[in-house]
Amino acid sequence: MDEWIGFIGEKWKKEINVFDFIRENYTEYKGDESFLVGPTDKTKKIWKKCVELQKEELEKGVLDVETHLVSGINNFKPGYICKDDDVIVGLQTDAPLKRMVNPYGGVRMVKSSLEAYGYKWDPEVEKHFTTYRKTHNDGVFDAYTTQIRAARHVGLLTGLPDAYGRGRIIGDYRRIALYGIDFLVQKKKEDLIALEKQEITEYVIRLREEVSMQIKALEEIKAMAKTYGCNISKPAKNAREAVQWTYFGYLASIKENNGAAMSLGRTSTFLDIYIERDLKNGTLDEAGAQELIDNFIIKLRLARHLRTPEYNELFAGDPTWVTESLGGMLNESRSLVTKNSFRYLHTLINLDSSPEPNLTVLWSNKLPRAWKAYCAKISILTDSIQYENDDLMRPIHGADYAIACCVSAMTVGKQMQFFGARCNLAKALLYSINGGVDEVKGGKIVEGIPKMYDKVLNYDKVLASYDNVLDKVAKIYVDAMNIIHYMHDKYAYEAGQMALHDTDPEKLMAFGIAGLSVAVDSLSAIKYAKVRPIRNEDGIAVDFEIEGDYPKYGNDDDRVDKIAVEIVKHFYKKLTRHKLYKGAKHTLSILTITSNVVYGKKTGSTPDGRKAGMPFAPGANPMHGRDCSGAIASLNSVAKIPYCNVCEDGISNTFSIIPTALGNDEEARVDNLVNLMDGYFIRGAHHLNVNVLNRETLMDAMENPDKYPTLTIRVSGYAVRFNRLSKEQQLEVINRTFHGQM
Amino acid sequence: MRGYIDSIDTMGMVDGPGVRLVVFMQGCKLRCIFCHNPETWKFKKETFITSNELLKKIKNNFSYYKNGGVTFSGGEPLNQPDFLIDALKKLKEFKCHTALDTAGCGNGKYEEILKYTDLILLDVKACNPEMYKKITGAKMDEVNKFIEALNKSGKEVWIRQVIIPGINDTKEYMDELREYIKGIKHVTNIELLPYHLYGVEKYKKLKIPYKLKGVPAMSEEKIQELRDYLNENKTEE
Repeated sequence: MDEWIGFIGEKWKKEINVFDFIRENYTEYKGDESFLVGPTDKTKKIWKKCVELQKEELEKGVLDVETHLVSGINNFKPGYICKDDDVIVGLQTDAPLKRMVNPYGGVRMVKSSLEAYGYKWDPEVEKHFTTYRKTHNDGVFDAYTTQIRAARHVGLLTGLPDAYGRGRIIGDYRRIALYGIDFLVQKKKEDLIALEKQEITEYVIRLREEVSMQIKALEEIKAMAKTYGCNISKPAKNAREAVQWTYFGYLASIKENNGAAMSLGRTSTFLDIYIERDLKNGTLDEAGAQELIDNFIIKLRLARHLRTPEYNELFAGDPTWVTESLGGMLNESRSLVTKNSFRYLHTLINLDSSPEPNLTVLWSNKLPRAWKAYCAKISILTDSIQYENDDLMRPIHGADYAIACCVSAMTVGKQMQFFGARCNLAKALLYSINGGVDEVKGGKIVEGIPKMYDKVLNYDKVLASYDNVLDKVAKIYVDAMNIIHYMHDKYAYEAGQMALHDTDPEKLMAFGIAGLSVAVDSLSAIKYAKVRPIRNEDGIAVDFEIEGDYPKYGNDDDRVDKIAVEIVKHFYKKLTRHKLYKGAKHTLSILTITSNVVYGKKTGSTPDGRKAGMPFAPGANPMHGRDCSGAIASLNSVAKIPYCNVCEDGISNTFSIIPTALGNDEEARVDNLVNLMDGYFIRGAHHLNVNVLNRETLMDAMENPDKYPTLTIRVSGYAVRFNRLSKEQQLEVINRTFHGQM
Repeated sequence: MRGYIDSIDTMGMVDGPGVRLVVFMQGCKLRCIFCHNPETWKFKKETFITSNELLKKIKNNFSYYKNGGVTFSGGEPLNQPDFLIDALKKLKEFKCHTALDTAGCGNGKYEEILKYTDLILLDVKACNPEMYKKITGAKMDEVNKFIEALNKSGKEVWIRQVIIPGINDTKEYMDELREYIKGIKHVTNIELLPYHLYGVEKYKKLKIPYKLKGVPAMSEEKIQELRDYLNENKTEE
């Protein structure tokens, strides 16, 4: 094919194999950032318009909503930022930042979102989804058990994707650029035929229906691109087309779905191959290359979904988790870093810092030194990068994996995830003391747990009871997840995204933990200090008196860190005792994003001394202020939580340090940050969010938000503009441990 | 051997090169008017670390410290020479970079201590006896002894000088400082540190009268001017 001239390798030409294409054709870059250039005038013009629109959006909550049409790959007329200047074309609807209605997940979410922002849904459309067809949410609640409903009501399980899109699926959007739609359709048709030869079981029936839907979706993507004047039936023939074709794939996914996290994957090194080819044949220069990437990133920054105010309370700042994974190694000696990896990070300079796309650097000690230093430099300047351990994930997923959302690794196009929010393990611990009764709302949530009458809590007894509670919680949790994903496939199937996967990919079902440090410190307090429950008239422990000190998680103290390791291992094992929908593999994360605030709100006082309603620590972080043996001890405690075979959906750690503590000058700060990350990840740690800022800056930003319009900080697993957090969330961030504070 | 400490910072990145473990030792005989660690003045003898424990901490966390090392700070680390010698020796055997953050005013054995030290962060309090007395309450004899040993040792020195508004924030003092430093060998770095107010709260808590009451924090612009002045005139020489 003409489009492939100059590309080498054979395997990827015969089968869909983007990774083989990358491996054969990419050019590793070991140099520094000196080749980078600023934005072109065109980029500046387009971005200026976007900044104005975003400002207007922030004032109004949402800029506009299309209330007469519903989400879909090709349901909207083409839209532009600046019609004649757009370098990369395509918007979710016919105008920038105008949101769509996606009722497939559930009608209630749509209605309350519209009401919250003063819009009214077209009654004709509403009728379709209330009278003529069912939604995912309807299906789930038809099947939910009484126990799941109760666990959900009290906040033992929270954030389950049972009323909106599940997200966390990454289509291999690069396939469109490399192969063109027609080749992908042809391959899917072959798969469909191959499935005829199998016994037609329920599994195969479902799969055949899905593949048929995927083929239709591919045709729709092609038709959608055509409305923008692009023929994507054939492969991309230059860098501009490669970026554009890839973006069409992603765009189709966010037109079709409103999943919580709609991540991009791993595109930079793939696209670099096209850019290098054009640079060599003289049809592109560095300014043009950066212009393509800047404009691609601009488009990603404009992705929006219609959310309820309650959703924002959980995950503030309108996040979409357009996560792009950068860097990483191909093998022990060669990195996947290209010039384009630098160009992506450089957008944080050309277009100012921004939470989206969620730029994620896959870290290895063997990465080129100049790349590490550039990442550290941009981190210090913008607080907009997160880091994850490539040396942990590569052996599990191969070199061509990407991060969905915050910390969820999956092989691009070969694995997909069933997202499952999280379970409140601190609350579960209270159930083991309170006979399975909820300490805030009352009512028995977990059956068969004996009440405890001890004046002083006995560690072995509490531990045995906790074990019992977690057994039962694991079943409730798995039941909920199986129902949710069965129904999601049935009523809100992501045909466009799944069309860009291998047929019948491996499935990972991602369970999650919230409140780990609270549960761990509580158990440590019971074990090493004297903890006396203060019970109300119903015998429910509503507060605790602690006599004596106890070792706290976050101080590199094995006495308590071992408890953390045991809890996650046990809970994971309990989950694996239950069979999963579609034969999925169990995975587990310790990640809360900003929901640690809401989880805390819903949880009573805990034996560690935390008072009712107070926030949890985010993700796997130690509780605020309890990690008092210095930053390295704090990092070491988190690094002990096992990733392989236990928490393979990620262990999130957010780290804040004041700039003056990081070193005396810029060069020292960059060096030290690189050394810190090398030191942390070599210990087998999984994830690190890095914030280099002063508490005073945040306090000032709380008082004077207008002074800091673009102040971006990393929270657990994503970045957010500080002034878009709620007051409670802002305070929680300010109260976190800032290392180096005098 | 036991070293009596105030605290340990496992992630020090401003007291010497790279990521360092900083040991804040107990006790100091000086009473510098700008001291921001008054809690380290007294010898309380409750909290300690053994040299073996310290070595273990370094070994266990060497992935962080491989481009950094250990800095003994304080308090005045030179007040516990036997512990210092023991700990430094063990660290050097492990090939760990060692630094001393000191005012040069301890209990002797300087030659032996310096043998196992890679870098000295020398805190210059003042350049003449009158000012030295005013700032630290002590005479210059001890620091002169230390500098003599330091010059013989051949070890690398970073000079640190705290700049306090109204006391030493002048070009004249910069000239004096430049002359004074000429008497110290192997100086590779001079840091002017701005006086700040972080210590004030600690004095209140410890109920110690604060001698610099009302003196504002040193402005970053002014200190940059002084740094530039110090550097400019260095190149002219």
